[in-house]
Amino acid sequence: MTTAVEFLRITDLHAFYGESHILHGVDLSVNRGEVVTLLGRNGAGRTTTLKSILGLVGHRSGSIMINGREAIGLPPHKIAHLGIGYCPEERGIFSSLSCEENLLLPPVVASTGLSVDEIYDMFPNLKERRMSQGTRLSGGEQQMLAVARILRTGAQLLLLDEISEGLAPVIVQALGRTIRMLREKGYTIVMVEQNFRFAAPLADRFYVMEHGRIVEAFSAGEMRSKMGMLHEFLGI
Amino acid sequence: MEIFGVPIQAFLGQLLLGLVNGSFYAMLSLGLAVIFGLLNIINFSHGALYMMGAYVAFLALDLLGLGFWWSLALAPLIVGGFGIIIERLLMRWIYKLDHLYGLLLTFGLALIIEGVYRYFFGVSGQPYPVPDALRGATDLGFMILPNYRAFVVLASLIVCLGTWYVIERTRLGAYLRAGTENPQLVQAFGVNVPLMVTLTFGFGVALAAIGGVLAAPVIQINPLMGSNIIIVVFAVVVIGGMGSILGSILTGLGLGVIEGLAKVYYAEASSTVVFVIMAIVLMVRPAGLFGKEK
Repeated sequence: MTTAVEFLRITDLHAFYGESHILHGVDLSVNRGEVVTLLGRNGAGRTTTLKSILGLVGHRSGSIMINGREAIGLPPHKIAHLGIGYCPEERGIFSSLSCEENLLLPPVVASTGLSVDEIYDMFPNLKERRMSQGTRLSGGEQQMLAVARILRTGAQLLLLDEISEGLAPVIVQALGRTIRMLREKGYTIVMVEQNFRFAAPLADRFYVMEHGRIVEAFSAGEMRSKMGMLHEFLGI
Repeated sequence: MEIFGVPIQAFLGQLLLGLVNGSFYAMLSLGLAVIFGLLNIINFSHGALYMMGAYVAFLALDLLGLGFWWSLALAPLIVGGFGIIIERLLMRWIYKLDHLYGLLLTFGLALIIEGVYRYFFGVSGQPYPVPDALRGATDLGFMILPNYRAFVVLASLIVCLGTWYVIERTRLGAYLRAGTENPQLVQAFGVNVPLMVTLTFGFGVALAAIGGVLAAPVIQINPLMGSNIIIVVFAVVVIGGMGSILGSILTGLGLGVIEGLAKVYYAEASSTVVFVIMAIVLMVRPAGLFGKEK
């Protein structure tokens, strides 16, 4: 393994929606090529952490270094161009766009992205249904599309929010294979997952969040010894 | 030859007048639809901006000697630019508030703009000549077709269908449609949504200005010409479905024609027929003919 190069470092991140203070000083870092999973109960601040990285919260303070650049003061459309792809929890497939228009929507942020043909090879269903209205696709196809469209942009850091949620086991397995393949290709991935059994075999490291803070961090190798703590925090 | 007791000449003449009016309805309601879709603002100043377009034509001719074709190019730029300034200075602050605030702001703006024009130009109408190239009429055999009126219908169709094509069939249009649905996510993908909002408002306003220039030779230019038409245009928007692009084009033209035919068959109803249709449509399809239920 080569020496770790830091891709994302978050220091003392506070985030607010209007008057409510959601994140209370989050610290975490992700190295290039790593898959990191944020675990925690609903409302622990995991989705807000992803949204804060993108600047999609009301107000935020602290420091977010992406690929060596400070992003805390940038507007959202500039942050994406630092090389971030975002797959939101609700998938964000646009109903007024066809499947292919959804796929082509996110602007290219770096020249390293997959071509449309490569993406269709990976997700043949999307090719078949490329003329369908985005929201006419099945839940699984929509999730594939939501992931596929950020692979086209050349983003190297993927923020994936609950991609396994509400999907049939066979689709979840396919998504797992996709994540593994992306890791082999060198993508850096931050996942928010409720489904621990999905995330456990995929991630290199885990952070556990509670009440807007990171309360625990451990690597995949330490997982066995942390199961007691995870039961306590996540009820799994 | 007669159609339901009306000579065909009169029938076709009113049909064409209806299409001309419908062209203005279509262009104005299209601008409103585009603006409402992305900005969520019901732009009550749209009529005043249409009036400003007509005055650009009048002043360009009166002060600078620039004719119709110059105005057709200049008015959208000047009035659209004015719209962009308004968006940057005023509208920016109210996007997160209730629709009502946008409505009040733009209604106030309309009153101010109209007040300023009344101060300078009074309320009497100013004539504007039909451009030389489009003077006269063509005898089609079954009717005499005034060239300028035919041009208005054609120009409006080109502008409207061009707009429809850009929005529904191009990448830029995909940004616009996606931004209408979920602006936050589009911005997270790296699209400069605030800039897109500003330009969209400028574009919607430019459509109104083009409408104003096209209207200048067929109506009397006066500061209240916008208020007269905008009420009907809002009815068109409601009937077509708020924010629907194709809906506003088809409904605009359709209602212009219905209004025109009402003048032939039952003139007393011609000024109310649009609102009767609006009431019926709202009862049957509350989201409008082309609108999506939310």
